Amino acid sequence: MSKLHVTTTVNGDEVDFLCDPRETLLDCLRDKLNLTGAKEGCGTGDCGACSVTVDGRLVCSCLMLGAEAEGKTIETVEGIADGDVLHPLQQKFIEHAALQCGICTPGILVAAKSLLEKNPNPTEEETRYWLAGNLCRCTGYDKIIRAVMETAEELREAS
Amino acid sequence: MALDDRKTDFTFVGTRPNRPDGLDKVTGRAKFGADMSAPGMLHGAILRSPHAHARIVKIDTSKAEALKDVKAVVTRADFADVPFKPGLAGEFWNVLENVMAGEKALYDGHAVAAVAATSALAARDALKLIEVEYEVLPHVTDVDKAMAPDAPVIREGAADYSVPEGMHPNVVRYHESGHGDVDAGFAEADLVLEDSFVTEATHQGYIEPHACLGLLGNDGKGELWCTTQGHWIAQKTCAALLGIETSQLRVTASEIGGGFGGKTTVFIEPVALALSRKANRPVKLVMTRSEVFRATGPTASASMDIKIGMKKDGTITAARGEFRLQGGAFPGAPGDMTAMCAFAAYNLTNVKQIGYDVMANRPKQAAYRAPGAPMGAFAVESVIDEMCNKLGLDPIEVRLKNAAHEGTKASYGPRYERIGLVETLEAAKAHPHYSAPLKPGQGRGVSCGFWFNHGGETSVTLALSEDGSAQLMVGTPDIGGSRASMALMAAEVLGIPYENIRVTVADTATLGYNDVSHGSRVTYASGLATIKAARHAVEKLCERAAAKWDIPVEAVKWENGCAVPSGPNAGDFDPMPLADITAKMGRTGGPISGHFEATPEGAGVSFGTHIVDAEVDPETGKTTITRYTVIQDAGKAIHPTYVEGQFQGGAAQGIGWALNEEYIYGEDGRLQNSIFLDYRIPVASDLPMIDTVIVEVPNPGHPFGVRGVGETGIVPPLAAIANAVSNAAGVRMKQLPMSPPRILAALKDNG
Repeated sequence: MSKLHVTTTVNGDEVDFLCDPRETLLDCLRDKLNLTGAKEGCGTGDCGACSVTVDGRLVCSCLMLGAEAEGKTIETVEGIADGDVLHPLQQKFIEHAALQCGICTPGILVAAKSLLEKNPNPTEEETRYWLAGNLCRCTGYDKIIRAVMETAEELREAS
Repeated sequence: MALDDRKTDFTFVGTRPNRPDGLDKVTGRAKFGADMSAPGMLHGAILRSPHAHARIVKIDTSKAEALKDVKAVVTRADFADVPFKPGLAGEFWNVLENVMAGEKALYDGHAVAAVAATSALAARDALKLIEVEYEVLPHVTDVDKAMAPDAPVIREGAADYSVPEGMHPNVVRYHESGHGDVDAGFAEADLVLEDSFVTEATHQGYIEPHACLGLLGNDGKGELWCTTQGHWIAQKTCAALLGIETSQLRVTASEIGGGFGGKTTVFIEPVALALSRKANRPVKLVMTRSEVFRATGPTASASMDIKIGMKKDGTITAARGEFRLQGGAFPGAPGDMTAMCAFAAYNLTNVKQIGYDVMANRPKQAAYRAPGAPMGAFAVESVIDEMCNKLGLDPIEVRLKNAAHEGTKASYGPRYERIGLVETLEAAKAHPHYSAPLKPGQGRGVSCGFWFNHGGETSVTLALSEDGSAQLMVGTPDIGGSRASMALMAAEVLGIPYENIRVTVADTATLGYNDVSHGSRVTYASGLATIKAARHAVEKLCERAAAKWDIPVEAVKWENGCAVPSGPNAGDFDPMPLADITAKMGRTGGPISGHFEATPEGAGVSFGTHIVDAEVDPETGKTTITRYTVIQDAGKAIHPTYVEGQFQGGAAQGIGWALNEEYIYGEDGRLQNSIFLDYRIPVASDLPMIDTVIVEVPNPGHPFGVRGVGETGIVPPLAAIANAVSNAAGVRMKQLPMSPPRILAALKDNG
């Protein structure tokens, strides 16, 4: 099967790759662009470990084809920090021990950042429902929810 | 260990610094199992049986091998000829048979062949060209049916010496223990209650599927990168299955994306190495989620009968339990563990427990957090709760009345040293949660839980650098923040800041054998070894200072990171900081390191008590957990935030097990729910905040008092939630999970 040439923007950089029409965006990020931050936990859109944003919209990159990335703007966990300055969510996740094994963390950070951009003042319930598509098996979510809510509060105070 | 050897005042231990791997894990650069690649790498894929039980008549791989993208195809013939032995004595054979089927496919999802190709897509395409001829055999997936006289025999000769004559060949191990006279005890009781309980198999549900990258040459030398809880066991097992020398295979553990017991063995690792040996190129293998559910170890499923006698004042006069556990098509279901843990929280005069390990046509069970204990606790603690209801007694008071304490002869044999069960019950009784009012439709449940904890073979090396920093090499993969606790313990002994210590999970070529990160052993055993390795280095630091000062080494003590003259020489010299000694170590005798290796035996058993409030919707049968409190003895919490994390994670997994999660097999013996959409683990919106209380009753077997905390937290939830749900619904729930249809059916039966 002939390969498709895709040009897209990832974390602000213009990149291109060749992909099989069957390969997912997640496959392309990980295998063609060496961006292994997004993880494949299920491949069926149930676990959220592969969360990225495409043109500002939160998606499971395992449910999107690489070919569909043509001309899009993609943000992954690797683009959350500003150079060597961590995003407040990243900092708070470390301080609050909001990760144990860390496999879900990239997806949860991408999803949480997306939440706070849309809703800077989420309730606990809103936070829990927004992150319901991101499975974590280690933490019971307690410290994750606290870290997201506290970051939201700090970002509101700072603005 | 003498009590006066135990430290109680701490500088670093008990603080909550940021974890050393935090930055890597929030920026996406941490390397997990599937994140590694190698030059010339091929991609593997595994063909799996669609049948629950079938004789493999013929495998034709010729069409797949003819594809130009395919570089190797392997079947069972490409592995070593490992001898078969009954029971767990033949564990290498059992693992090999599970890794790649021999004469029969034994469960839906059992591997039968594998390919390596130039891309993952090509490998998957090639699988479709492998032709397998099966002769389908009768199958059985239920534990009670697997023990029945007419059950299909999975494998003759698998039972070991422990199984009494006359049992079905699917019963492969038998355990019986206890003390006293249970019949006499039941005769003394005012109330005797007997009931039966069932739990379904659940999966550990780690979010990271199994993944590895293997390279093996025809010279018998290899490299393996894999996500594992124990790379030495992976090394040993892979070597045995491939017929190479253990030391010729170097195994490196990746960051691990959750394990919970499920990554304590191998599945795809020997297959990647076999493919690599045939193709003479590195091979990467990554499981799909469906493969994880179908072919890696879930828990055992269980069927249990409990009988307890109680006096009107709540004193338990006798207890008897029979626990039948199904662990897939291989020996290993922890019927013995279930039996030994079931009554371990109580000080009983008369107790008897029997456990069965039963085979069925399901994947080989693997450990899952306190393997076997949660099921038994569910059954026993449900009966105790029902008896409290019938006798009008407070459930915590009854547990306090019967609680095991120091000196109690445990139900499984030994006498307890200092334990913290009573302290957790007292803390539960005093907790505001226990006296908070309940709303209509809500119920409250409590339960105790027990786990042995484990020591295990452990080897640690600590090396000091010239600038006074330290590198610590441990052999236990970090599954929940253990690198932070190791650095805290080393800092405590050396007296240098936490940040100046770099902890690395060393590969198998760098350290001696280390047992798996399981049994809640890491903070206990690797921690103990870290402390002793650091003390070993401190001895050498003191020797260098003594030589410099020209005083006896006995006259040098170590204080706050400095060698200090003491005794008759006190005050003779200024304290000499660690960095001053290491700066000159090359000229004063050479590099300074500390080392420790042993199999520590004083793990210290652990108890917890959980309080749960649940609300049951009588129209839908849906249960909502409205409040949850975990109280557990940690001995000494090295990094309290990560101890809380273990408590919360155990509770959350317990909530899933109690309410939602189960392996569902069809009549055809095929797994019906092999993706996360259908096997639903708790999501953020399912759970409340999970409160924690860390009780600290120091373990006499650890220099700082540590008890493992990872596993006990999943033992009480099943029962505590079942008690809360039963109290809310007004009907005793005896089968897990308590999914909405089961609750509705129970409500209907109850009128």
